[in-house]
Amino acid sequence: MDQPSASRINDFALKVATVNGTGSASANGLLLQALFRMGIPVSGKNVFPSNIQGLPTWYEIRVNKDGYTARSPEFQLIVAMNPESYARDIEEVVSGGWVIYDSSKELDDEFRRDDVTFIGLPLAQMCVEHFQGARARILMKNIMYVGALAALLEIDMDIVKGMLEEKFSHKKHLMDANYQAIDLGYNYVQEHYEHPLPIRLEKMDANRDKVMIHGNAAAALGCVYAGATVGAWYPITPSTSLMDGFTEYCKRFRVDPDTGKHNFCIIQAEDELAAAGMVIGASWMGARAFTPTSGPGISLMSEFIGLAYYAEVPSVFFDVQRTGPSTGMPTRTQQGDIMLCAYASHGDTKHIVLFPGDPRECFEFAVAAFDLTERFQTPVFVVSDLDIGMNDWVIPKLEWDDSYRPDRGKVLSAEQIEELERFYRYLDVDGDHIAARTLPGVHPKGSYFTRGSGHDKYGRYTEDSDAYMEVMDRLLEKVESAADHVPAPEVHRGEEASSIGIVSIGGCHWAVLEARDDLATRGIQVDYLRVRGFPFNQTVDDFLAEHDKVFVIEQNRDEQLRKLLLMETACSKETLYSVTYSGGQPLSKGHVLDGLAPYLEEALMGVGS
Amino acid sequence: MSYITKPVARHPKMPRNALGLTPRDYEGTMSTLCAGCGHDSVTAALIQAIFELDVEPHRLVKLSGIGCSSKTPTYFVRDAHGFNSVHGRMPSIAAGANAANRDLLYVGISGDGDSLSIGLGQFCHAIRRNVNMLYVLENNGVYGLTKGQFSASADIGSTSKAGVANRQGPIDPVNLALSLGATFVARSFSGDKAQLVPILKAGFRHNGFAFVDVISPCVTFNDHKGSTKSYAHTREHMHEVIETDFVPLRAEIKTSYAEGTARAVTMHDGSVVKLRKVDDTYDPTDRGAVLDYLGEVATRGEISTGLLYLEESGEDMHGFENTVDTPLVELPHETLCPGSSALAELQKEWV
Repeated sequence: MDQPSASRINDFALKVATVNGTGSASANGLLLQALFRMGIPVSGKNVFPSNIQGLPTWYEIRVNKDGYTARSPEFQLIVAMNPESYARDIEEVVSGGWVIYDSSKELDDEFRRDDVTFIGLPLAQMCVEHFQGARARILMKNIMYVGALAALLEIDMDIVKGMLEEKFSHKKHLMDANYQAIDLGYNYVQEHYEHPLPIRLEKMDANRDKVMIHGNAAAALGCVYAGATVGAWYPITPSTSLMDGFTEYCKRFRVDPDTGKHNFCIIQAEDELAAAGMVIGASWMGARAFTPTSGPGISLMSEFIGLAYYAEVPSVFFDVQRTGPSTGMPTRTQQGDIMLCAYASHGDTKHIVLFPGDPRECFEFAVAAFDLTERFQTPVFVVSDLDIGMNDWVIPKLEWDDSYRPDRGKVLSAEQIEELERFYRYLDVDGDHIAARTLPGVHPKGSYFTRGSGHDKYGRYTEDSDAYMEVMDRLLEKVESAADHVPAPEVHRGEEASSIGIVSIGGCHWAVLEARDDLATRGIQVDYLRVRGFPFNQTVDDFLAEHDKVFVIEQNRDEQLRKLLLMETACSKETLYSVTYSGGQPLSKGHVLDGLAPYLEEALMGVGS
Repeated sequence: MSYITKPVARHPKMPRNALGLTPRDYEGTMSTLCAGCGHDSVTAALIQAIFELDVEPHRLVKLSGIGCSSKTPTYFVRDAHGFNSVHGRMPSIAAGANAANRDLLYVGISGDGDSLSIGLGQFCHAIRRNVNMLYVLENNGVYGLTKGQFSASADIGSTSKAGVANRQGPIDPVNLALSLGATFVARSFSGDKAQLVPILKAGFRHNGFAFVDVISPCVTFNDHKGSTKSYAHTREHMHEVIETDFVPLRAEIKTSYAEGTARAVTMHDGSVVKLRKVDDTYDPTDRGAVLDYLGEVATRGEISTGLLYLEESGEDMHGFENTVDTPLVELPHETLCPGSSALAELQKEWV
């Protein structure tokens, strides 16, 4: 059993349990930011209900001096602010840990545990004594536990107060109230409890040149930088903040200074079908256009995705995955849309899919997606998930190369069209499987008819078998040729060659890295490849071929990545083992190790640990 | 739908427009619809209207969904860009295209199945969004390509070819458009080119969503006795509420109307629509009164036609979104990309 009572500096996880809609988000954000500014590797995971107000909600923070910030479900400390979830919250703290609760009301004996320390703070009572009005009393209760934690964990109070000053510089009365609440919590602990706890914080310097941001904001910024001008969307958790971000950055960077008019057009569509149609319409005109959505949206957009594939219209789709099927668990994460995005729509279709593993890649892959969709004239999906999209991550600062110019692919200019004897939309003249396109309104000779019905390479309607297949065969070759252009996989190898490999994807990365290091300390060396794009790069094939056993780690029930690898690479079923977790929480080291354990038993016994 | 090339034959005495083009230059491929189809007459009216408006063919964008009507964009203006999209979803393609390039001229062709059943939502929201386009609904009350099922515009009691009477109430697209706040609402008849052409021209020049419902009989499945969308029934029950005369910007207004019977509405681009009212109490700018009037006419079993409602002062989608006057597709990368120093500045807020 874990013994947290031994001193653990910058190495623990805590969980705050509150009621949704009571303002705890800003208190938790304050907490996370303070730890970030202390230079400590940190992550925050918001575990929230599909609800506006009233249901239990949690915020999980992990600090780790070695930089492991994947979710850890081993909570050394619980801030239990919601009596409704006391039972499960108190049960969750590890033996030897601490529970902070509001002692304004006595804690029922049924919740008591002998193996944890209870720290009662009369928060509600202090709020009533010091603040006026129901709203202030609810809000300040949250800030007060931040103050208490500052004393218990040794959070730098100068940093906390500095943040309050930044936040409330124009609202002095709010700053004063927040200051007071912080002090009340801090002082109560000082007067009544031994502090700091053995789990505590110390300043580090791990966050130099790093920023804290969520993946949806980073992806939105990528769209702005790539030059996207049309965004169409229908609100859906967990992708909504992507369009919120795009709106915010467009207002900041894209308003014409002379006229106040917008160098962008954001359309809130009537549904996801329309959002997809708008993206296709705008891209057909030559704009860079995109839509952010989640799995249910991709289901609805599938008809249009097939049209864009067949008519070869660029279009960018962000799928911030949530737990399916159907409505599923909208506020929990999953990687259940891998297969859906790879082959969305009826008939023979296959798509370019990018899988970012953190917000930095959300930014970079957003830009790449626009280049790829225009170069290959086919839909491109950027598939992240709720954990990457909505949670705040500490990442290296984003960088931008000012020499970047959009890859518009084969778009003919008026001069180029003028020189042609005749323009045929789907004619591959140079053997790279990509036909040149023209944009509407540019030149009379560039006109053509775009259709989702059968067409030949000249763009004419057809019901002729050979003419139809000729185009379809080219489309397959075209999309497959993108394998060398999607982001290459990230490969980690040990010093010595290993016969065991791990293949994973997206946000699994951080838990896999931690588990892999853990195995290494036990003498088990595994190589690791993280897939970042589809169609699969040759490196993926090679990696699979080089290892006798490959474990495919992913967050869905149906082994979607494993099956995609089996279908799209030369590897055999016998070499690919599956480790899945589909419960909706971000992946943690334990999921990986537990999943690997049965297979690695032999190897583990071999090292005699 | 096969691709049949139509020979371009130009008679030396053929009229030419300001661009020096003849109506022939605005034709498309040979229609593959049934002989006598109302839709072909609508196509002819469109060709006439576009010719008369001196539209550069490649600056026209033709959009459609799926169905008999949606095939027609290939039958006019062969040098325009066309997009035959998916069933009921043309309005979203149009909205996206228009968002990206506001300088082109947009025409959407749809049918009653496409707009009033599978695409009802998109139709309604294109109206709310006031996408700047001409939207022609070729309305025959029946599904042609799938052989004669009732559509959502079929009237109660109207019979199918097999003699079955429709029992569900119809969706009247004119009523719907008016109640949704459409800024240009017209109804016409495919058999009345004289009425239809000026309406289409005015619709093209309208700043916003110009909706034209055209009763367009299906000669194969819905032109029998018992149908309320047949040639005979429509001719007999058509009630022209208002006569439309479109006067382009460069032309002099020559027609004179008796005081009090005509109303001139100046369009966004300065051209003028002259509306001569059959009933001098009719006010084509009073939405509530128009709805009441149309209701009364309908209770008499008559079909009101003409440019029934017009509001030229409204904002279109770009007005709502406050987009720049330059088409977004023409903005250079330098204008769109904030650059590395802005990125560094922004990230100071992310610590």
